[in-house]
Amino acid sequence: MFMLKYILRNLFRHKLRSILTVVGVAVAVLAFGLLRTLVGLWYSGAEHASDTRLVTRNAISLIFPLPISYLERIRGVPGVTSVSYGNWFGGVYIEEKNFFANYAVEPRSYLNLYPEFILTPKEQNDFFLDRKGCIVGERLARTYGWKVGDLITLKGTIFPGQWEFALRGIFRGAEKATEERMLLFHWNYLNESLRQTMPRRADQAGFFIIGVKKPEAASEVSLAVDSMFKNSLAETLTETERAFQMGFVSMTEAIMVAIQIVSYMVIAIIMVVAANTMAMTARERIGEYATLKTLGFKAGHLAGLIFGESVAISLLGGLLGVAATFPAASWIEAELAQYFPYFSVSVETMLLELSAALIVGVVSGIFPTWRGATIRIADGLKRIG
Amino acid sequence: MGIPYSYSFRNLWTRRLTTLLTASGMGLVVFVFAATLMLAEGLRQTLVQTGSPDNVVVLRKASNSEVQSGVERAQASLLESQPEVAIGPDGAPLLAKEMVVLINLRKRKGNAPANVVIRGVTATSLQLRPAIRLKDGRMPRPGSAEVIAGESIARRFKGGGMGETLRFGMRDWRVVGVFDAGATGFSSEIWGDSDQMMQAFRRQAYSSIIFRLRDPSGFDAYKARVEGDPRLTVEAKRETQYYLDQSEAMAKFLRILGMVLTIVFSIGAVIGATITMYAAVANRVTEIGTLRALGFQRKSILSAFIMEALLLGLCGGVLGVGAASFMQLITISTMNWASFSELAFSFTLTFGIVWKSLLFSLIMGLVGGALPAVRASRMNIVEALRAT
Repeated sequence: MFMLKYILRNLFRHKLRSILTVVGVAVAVLAFGLLRTLVGLWYSGAEHASDTRLVTRNAISLIFPLPISYLERIRGVPGVTSVSYGNWFGGVYIEEKNFFANYAVEPRSYLNLYPEFILTPKEQNDFFLDRKGCIVGERLARTYGWKVGDLITLKGTIFPGQWEFALRGIFRGAEKATEERMLLFHWNYLNESLRQTMPRRADQAGFFIIGVKKPEAASEVSLAVDSMFKNSLAETLTETERAFQMGFVSMTEAIMVAIQIVSYMVIAIIMVVAANTMAMTARERIGEYATLKTLGFKAGHLAGLIFGESVAISLLGGLLGVAATFPAASWIEAELAQYFPYFSVSVETMLLELSAALIVGVVSGIFPTWRGATIRIADGLKRIG
Repeated sequence: MGIPYSYSFRNLWTRRLTTLLTASGMGLVVFVFAATLMLAEGLRQTLVQTGSPDNVVVLRKASNSEVQSGVERAQASLLESQPEVAIGPDGAPLLAKEMVVLINLRKRKGNAPANVVIRGVTATSLQLRPAIRLKDGRMPRPGSAEVIAGESIARRFKGGGMGETLRFGMRDWRVVGVFDAGATGFSSEIWGDSDQMMQAFRRQAYSSIIFRLRDPSGFDAYKARVEGDPRLTVEAKRETQYYLDQSEAMAKFLRILGMVLTIVFSIGAVIGATITMYAAVANRVTEIGTLRALGFQRKSILSAFIMEALLLGLCGGVLGVGAASFMQLITISTMNWASFSELAFSFTLTFGIVWKSLLFSLIMGLVGGALPAVRASRMNIVEALRAT
């Protein structure tokens, strides 16, 4: 009890210095937490992907299409419950910087396979009946102020021309993590137009989505599909939706690795700052430590004293940082909504933040503790300043 | 009269451990600052060097990259006959009709998939890109299933090395050569015969037409005429501009990321500098009193402590830039969102980045040292001398 009181008193001897260090640790912990959340978000698309959906695409690469005639053959594979298909449309809304995903899909089977896109029955029906209709996610509609009934024109980058769609419904994601910045329209609209303008590119799908009964059937079905089209003009590659998403994620992995390294570096920086504070504190109090030793306190007492102060400062900063993470995350969620579907901090991240603060405290306490514990009384008393 | 500079310098030297810790904290921040700038610069240089200002890329209207574009054979012939196209030494136009597609290859390390650019080229393609040099092996023979791979592909991708085979388009393609394209985007590409590739991929159209301008200043007139021609649905860009556009999204991302990180990190480092300088002042109250009693003015005290803070910042800056210069050995490879394909580029240190980083470290030192220096200069002589 006495030690605790002593540590607390020591903390407030250099108020400014302690406060500055606490703030420094808090900022670092905050940055660490936000960076970790950002990295987590990068992988969240893959983590939330369904186990019972498979994606079939051309084995050469994504830019090559598959003939639509594959549809019936895939449907006949045992274990397949339903099949949908579509194309990445790559349309641009007014300007290139207004980027969002837009797909031409077969609407009935697609929405059947993606129950996480929630539409009212009326909107769903309107969309099915209007060949020039489209649906968008709520977040996207909010960004551009679209209402049901609006006409949306996209400039095609892959399929040339100006493409006009009537907005028939605005869907909501079932979960927070569901991608809502997306536009879906009828594959038939695209295909009918292509038949007239570029017959060579018509009747082709960029991907097939296959629904399977249970996750265990996934590998069997994907093998069956791929072997069916082996040695054909368009060989296929079928993988689970998760593997497909991970493929994308891993292509930009270098950047995520860099952010991860940086998130540890911020902790290293603050460790140096905190160590500096403790080193200065201990140097100033060398005389005191010698006095305490003269009074009969053992090295262990001194070690506890210095270590305790160091850990107390860091943990205080850590708690402050964790507390600040929540308002910061909700601010990011509100202000940068167009980049992040959601920005919530996981419990794991918070624990990591706190342990990072603890490590900072422990490491920065090591050297001063050693100095204080091993100082010889005579040397300590002799020292001035 | 001012206090000699050596006073500030020696003060830092006396408290070596503290100085080193503070300076290395700042050094880490400068390191992050410099590294992000170097990365953005490396990306820019790679993509800018890829293009030549005399070359023009013709793509289908509204397609942002070669992969999305398609130019029909009839239109390609029409473009070939334009008067602006330079004529080579053999009398043939310096124009290449190329086909660009992406294929999925797996990396040697970790087996991760990546999209790699495959370019179907003609004999003139090499003449149009003087930066490219065959390093190993030979050129593919026209009409055969042979390819050459860029150095960065040969090194990092399965089946990309000399003598290995790649399988795509129902055929096996043998790698008969490795080319060195310097620090350009071409080193992340695979080249083969254009006609063979179009056969294999069942393509009827070229992806892009690249040619050298007869007169580099005639670009604007050419662009206006070709884009207004009703027989053509194309747009023309200078090659340098084309590759600059490709790097835009990524460069912006790197810049924003770097800026945010630097701001957050510098808060930590400035706090570190402030703590150090406050301690430096607090330890020397009597000394400052003595200096004032000797007749040094407030101004001199202020400048001595500011100098000390600046020196501290500079130490950090030098440490950071020194560490960052080693990053030049590292090559980053990632997917470029604009072209959807793999691109390798390295950290590049320029003189501009060096002085920006040093200036940044000085500013951090100044900000951290300003308050403590002001406190030192405001001290009352009598009280300062009385303090123990």
